[in-house]
Amino acid sequence: MNPIFNQGTSPAHRLIMVLCCSVALIFFDHKMASFETARGYLQSLVSPLQYMANAPKQMLTWASENIVIRQQLMEENQNFRENELFFHEQVMQLNIVRQENARLRSLLSSPVRGEIKKMFAEILSVDSDPYSHQVLINRGATDGVYEGQPVLDEKGIVGQILHVGVSSSRVLLISDISHAIPVRIQRNGLRLIASGSGQIDRLIHNFVPHSADVQEGDLLVTSGLGGKYPEGYPVSRVVLVRTDESREFATIYSEPVAQIDRLRYMLLLSKDETVNAVPPISSSKAAVGKS
Amino acid sequence: MFSNNGFIILLTLLIALMASITPMPLSVDAFRPDWVLIVLVYWCLALPNKVNIVTAWVMGFILDVLLGSVLGVHACAMALSIYIVVVNFQKIRNFSVWQQALIIGVLSAQYHLVVFWLQRFLSDVVFLPNYLYPVITTIVLWPWVFLLLRRVRRHFRIA
Repeated sequence: MNPIFNQGTSPAHRLIMVLCCSVALIFFDHKMASFETARGYLQSLVSPLQYMANAPKQMLTWASENIVIRQQLMEENQNFRENELFFHEQVMQLNIVRQENARLRSLLSSPVRGEIKKMFAEILSVDSDPYSHQVLINRGATDGVYEGQPVLDEKGIVGQILHVGVSSSRVLLISDISHAIPVRIQRNGLRLIASGSGQIDRLIHNFVPHSADVQEGDLLVTSGLGGKYPEGYPVSRVVLVRTDESREFATIYSEPVAQIDRLRYMLLLSKDETVNAVPPISSSKAAVGKS
Repeated sequence: MFSNNGFIILLTLLIALMASITPMPLSVDAFRPDWVLIVLVYWCLALPNKVNIVTAWVMGFILDVLLGSVLGVHACAMALSIYIVVVNFQKIRNFSVWQQALIIGVLSAQYHLVVFWLQRFLSDVVFLPNYLYPVITTIVLWPWVFLLLRRVRRHFRIA
């Protein structure tokens, strides 16, 4: 075929056609969120590509994990043993405290907090789009991942599940510009909202009055108010408090506790607390008696 | 598209897609060249009867799914950039490789700006100059990709 004599539709027509398609897609995906299920399927369709793209890195980590000297392994082992002892001691304390807490909560007739189910996940690849902070993990719908599930690493909250594929899913990080998480200051219980700033090491707290008691170095933990994240996990540490009276609100920045730029292993928390939680005995009996 | 060894085109595009999502250290990641755009531009210049705007749009759409952005954003930007190539392919073909590289740079900048404008329209992202770093690497990369893909095209006699 001679490319000088163009056949078929002209480039301009094609452009108009695909631009219309794009506008429709953007509208339906962003404004109506009507592609959630389709996105799951698309995500599963392209996941072989993602696994393949991840293969070189996987090979390198495999090599670096296998080529270690005996000395290193022994040192590591020693460290793990020490840590284990340390954690065992803490667990002993924790069990007693947990029982006591459950007893106190039942005295106050508030529901006892159940165990949260956890799932282990490994990072698959980091999103390279600079406008959104997302990572891909190797767990999907077959492992019971659901949308909005909280994700954390060994230090603190990382983000929540955005799209679920069959064997992989996407995590929206707390530093993404469209993400916000309700937190409270561990020191005094003051409630704030931590919004992502689009920069990996900064969260912004909007609408905090000048009189609020916030200090640099304060640890912010999840308040559990939104119903998405369970209560009490560390989120970030305040790094900057500027009370400029000419502005309406104080400027407060904090830095995520989780190492978002060095993620590898993560935990997914399942929210079936409500199933485990024991309802306050007195009120439920009363309800039965009345009916 | 698949006659005369046309599946090689698809293969190069798939490799480009993979290259644009392989995990990289954060400092290098900002300089990741637009692999898909470069490969698409080459095939548009070489075989405009096989690779056209619709191909570009589909590739952009796959990129959207891979990167998790709002569907249609990269597709739209890719189609716009490739449109310019398709309309002017006979002129661009006659330039030297370095002149072509500069044109690719402009196309890449346009691509990133369109993506930014659309994202800005959808959510309140702010512009950082390092969003345009890929333009530099794309310009540097073009001559090498051009020579490599030309060799591939001649070797497999893709026509």
